[in-house]
Amino acid sequence: MAKFTKKRGKASPAVSTASLPDIIFMLLFFFMMVTVLRDSDLKLQVNTPEATQLTKLEEKSLVNYIYIGRPTKQYQAVYGTSPRIQLGDKISTVDDIPLFLEQHKVKLPDNKRDRITSSLRVDGEVTMGIVQDVKTKLRKSNQLKINYSAGKRAQALE
Amino acid sequence: MAKTKTRDRMNNEINAGSMADIAFLLLIFFLVTTTIAEDKGILVRLPPWSDEEPDITKLKTRNVYSVLVNAQNELLVRENPMRLAELRANAKEFISNPNNAPDMSESPRNAIISLKNDRGTNYETYLAVYNELKGAYEELWDELSQRRYGEPYSEDMEFAKRKAIKEEIPMVLSEAEPTNFGEEQ
Repeated sequence: MAKFTKKRGKASPAVSTASLPDIIFMLLFFFMMVTVLRDSDLKLQVNTPEATQLTKLEEKSLVNYIYIGRPTKQYQAVYGTSPRIQLGDKISTVDDIPLFLEQHKVKLPDNKRDRITSSLRVDGEVTMGIVQDVKTKLRKSNQLKINYSAGKRAQALE
Repeated sequence: MAKTKTRDRMNNEINAGSMADIAFLLLIFFLVTTTIAEDKGILVRLPPWSDEEPDITKLKTRNVYSVLVNAQNELLVRENPMRLAELRANAKEFISNPNNAPDMSESPRNAIISLKNDRGTNYETYLAVYNELKGAYEELWDELSQRRYGEPYSEDMEFAKRKAIKEEIPMVLSEAEPTNFGEEQ
């Protein structure tokens, strides 16, 4: 009896899963290529406005992000409700911007440094005062290539 | 006897069954951390910092297209209130000046757009205004490109052609230091 079952088990083996790792690896490599590790979680509410004359940002490693918006509900107790700046994963002030830019710059090789873009992700409801302060600081830090992050607008202006 | 048999079977081939599990684990990790959403936006080159303000009073008034945005998000274009939807067409007419009107720019090369906002202006409005002004220029570039080379203006076209177009119609947008009447506290 025991002998019988053993023989049958050998005769009809399970469906070969040998190619499964190959398929999975293929998917894996795809996702590895397109992945950008999420490095900062957002403490601010940022809904970027919509625009039509958009340019796509090319190399992601050359871009640093500056977020401006009101703190989300869970951070309002700590940071208040007025618009704040977030650099990396920290709520900061305009005076922290030069250091933040420098920290990003040193990670890149010399020949790429003049192509660094600062992407401003600003909430549409924020007033220009804080944005202006950031722009002035960027100009003073000689970071002149900036990008006003925006979504695609489909409908016409009213 | 039975023991040797199992050992023999294991030696015959390397067990690759767990390979899929490992790959799955990695796959799921990358799936979770992936953000495919790409970043798009309006690319701007800021002027280098200088302590004195650029003086636009020396320019001829006919060449300056002043756009003011106040804290109530209203537009004042060359002393006249305007709706945002009209801005693009109006700016295009000013820059190209097809009818040689005496109060519009002498030529696209001389045209200067001066944008001034308040610290209380909404960012959304500011960006919409900037978008319209940039759109006006891009439409003019496109028209010139169509006329001259028979192809639409794009970032992919030959550098020499793009340079020629931008020399013909340079985009000069000067942003003045904003006023401060309506900033929220």
